[in-house]
Amino acid sequence: MSSAAAGHDKSHELDGVPEGILAHHFSSLEAQNEAVRFGMWLFLATEILLFAGLFTGYAVYRFQFPEAFAEASRHLDLSLGTLNTFVLISSSFTVAMAIHFARTDRKNLAVVCLLITIACAFGFLGIKSIEYMHKFQEGALPGPYYAFKEVTAPGAPMYFTIYFLTTGLHALHVIIGMSVLIVLTFKTANGRFSSKYYTGLELGGLYWHLVDLVWIFLFPLLYLI
Amino acid sequence: MLQSTDGSPQTVAAPTEQASYLTDGTSVMSWLNTRDHKRVGVMFLALVMIGFLIGGVFALAIRVKLLQPGPFLFDAMTYNRLFTLHGIVMIFLFMIPAIPSGFGNFVLPLMIGARDVAFPRLNLGSMYVYLLGASIALWGMIHGGVDTGWTFYTPYSSTTTTDAFPVILGAFIIGFSSIMTGLNFIVTVHTLRAPGMTWMRLPLFVWAVYGTSLIQVLATPVLGLALLVVGVENTMHFGLFDPTRGGDPLLFQHLFWFYSHPAVYIMVLPAMGVMSEIICAFSRKNAYGYNMIAYSSLGIAFVGFFAWGHHMFVTGQSSVNAGIFGVISMLVGVFTAIKVFNWVGTMYRGSIQVNTPFIYACGFLYFVVFGGMTGIALATVGLDVHWHDTYFVIAHFHFVMVGAVIMGFLAALHYWFPKMFARTYHDGWGMVAATLIILGFNATFIPQFLLGNAGMPRRYYEYPDKFQALNVASTTGAAVLALGLVIVLIYLVVALVSGKRCEQNPWGSKGFEWMTQTPPTTSNFEVIPTITTGPHDYRTNDNSAAYGIHHV
Repeated sequence: MSSAAAGHDKSHELDGVPEGILAHHFSSLEAQNEAVRFGMWLFLATEILLFAGLFTGYAVYRFQFPEAFAEASRHLDLSLGTLNTFVLISSSFTVAMAIHFARTDRKNLAVVCLLITIACAFGFLGIKSIEYMHKFQEGALPGPYYAFKEVTAPGAPMYFTIYFLTTGLHALHVIIGMSVLIVLTFKTANGRFSSKYYTGLELGGLYWHLVDLVWIFLFPLLYLI
Repeated sequence: MLQSTDGSPQTVAAPTEQASYLTDGTSVMSWLNTRDHKRVGVMFLALVMIGFLIGGVFALAIRVKLLQPGPFLFDAMTYNRLFTLHGIVMIFLFMIPAIPSGFGNFVLPLMIGARDVAFPRLNLGSMYVYLLGASIALWGMIHGGVDTGWTFYTPYSSTTTTDAFPVILGAFIIGFSSIMTGLNFIVTVHTLRAPGMTWMRLPLFVWAVYGTSLIQVLATPVLGLALLVVGVENTMHFGLFDPTRGGDPLLFQHLFWFYSHPAVYIMVLPAMGVMSEIICAFSRKNAYGYNMIAYSSLGIAFVGFFAWGHHMFVTGQSSVNAGIFGVISMLVGVFTAIKVFNWVGTMYRGSIQVNTPFIYACGFLYFVVFGGMTGIALATVGLDVHWHDTYFVIAHFHFVMVGAVIMGFLAALHYWFPKMFARTYHDGWGMVAATLIILGFNATFIPQFLLGNAGMPRRYYEYPDKFQALNVASTTGAAVLALGLVIVLIYLVVALVSGKRCEQNPWGSKGFEWMTQTPPTTSNFEVIPTITTGPHDYRTNDNSAAYGIHHV
């Protein structure tokens, strides 16, 4: 295959794809999309491993203080936690739908779905901050700041250390994911994504699913058991 | 199979010499805002060498103090800070990024027939993230001067009076740089190989860097978390690792070594990759046992994840655990021995040409074999209890890890210097310096093996008078080592400014990276080559056709 022929193939394939998407060192958009997706999955693996360290900490202290952890977890607001789980899972659905609509060239529906997702993200953070506020008022705080009267078993301060570290790190990821989705919403509204090219949106969606997935593990560990 | 350098394929340069990556834009911004993997690689090299210099000055300061058993030169607190900073700078600023981010960036795309790494912007970003992390860490060293040792062991690291936080933050940020580089290389090797570049035709350096990248991506996040949590502990004192609050300091050690043991292979594997290239090139022979060398890279990467417990033999680990960790640690020795056997097999009946890179290759073999054997001894639980936290351990990891990285780094620097700048350095001085460095390194660390065995603990400011003679010997060795490195710096700077112009392939190497123009053009190739043979193919005089380059 001569370079001239390759160049011709490239230009034909790129009909309808926004300018500057295909980098010079990839032979085709398909190859580039594959590389970019692979890179994203590797990145998600690093995120999982980041949280894995905290989950290890949770496991260690759960076995060290089983009663305190069980008792302290019953003082979390289960209804707010459940509501938040519902909000986050719904947002995962809407972001998946946004990708679906973008790749079938229904731009406006995609934008609507993204806006719902972002609203859910705000909703999640709002509910989370209400929960945090309660904990601050009750004095259910990490380590030396612990002043919660209802659970006095040794190990309860450790529970709230883990609680704030894990949910805090997760909330940080929600904020990052949300910011990414806001940028992607503008890009979608400007018509960047279509059936020809939607990889950027897909990556944002993948990241959002990760945020959701981490919560799906945190929720039972912190609220249910 | 005798073949002189002159008989090598030097006639395959592209018929019309194009502007090289060095001349394609000469403004400062064209470098700072480049997307070219070669320029990123060169800039990374400059940065890690600064790190090497700073870490080396700290090391010399420590060695000068240790000339005297009692207080000398500076106080104990300064001493604690210096050995901490020496460790942090050498590991995070020099050894981890040195070969993958520097040479890996430069030659990996050339070797697999790619025009660039998969994500060039991310690649440039990784350099700036490194710079940011290094700046914060160095500022923290001047400002607060952490004294915890590079391991940040809790609970001391959360209660120390020195300001550990900036340094922890710096190391955390540098971790991102490492992940970005590793991720980029994995995707590049998977998706950007030239047509015909099958996995079993990958140059062995690529295999080694690929294994390294896997570790960087899978282990660094755990260190990131451990440092994050220590940072939180250091500022807010939640008590996560504080026994008085029910915390478990050993949890930190587990998280820390889950990264930091594989990190040893982040440092050593790329050096092993460099050796595979250089030993083939200077023996004029195909790699003996190519498959075994390639697979053992992955084997080391894999086994390395399950050996971390050998840092914790004296922490009350059960003897079953200790036994398992000990055996797994020895498996690393098995994979390393496979490599060493194959390298020696490659040299055997080769047509060996002795130049500076080859001297470093021999030094590497020596350090890895002897340092590695002390490692097998240390993996034996009973012996480790005797040697734990003594100078024996210091000497062991300096031999096998630091020795390997310095040999690998300098070998790579001398091997690819002509490729990077199309200039040659003075090979005579190169060999003198290499000899001084290897002798100096031995003189520095062999006394430390003896000191450790005699019971001198690491990280102590003072020591009994009876250890003075060996300490003086060690410091003398360090001075010789430093002299060798200064000579290297001088003749390389001279070569950079006024070195003789060299032809495309001065070593007559069959490495794929040498088949391109020297120095390479910005886009590496006019046409993406099609690969028809394996790497390191010395069976014929000219295999440039195998790389899709045809004589005109």
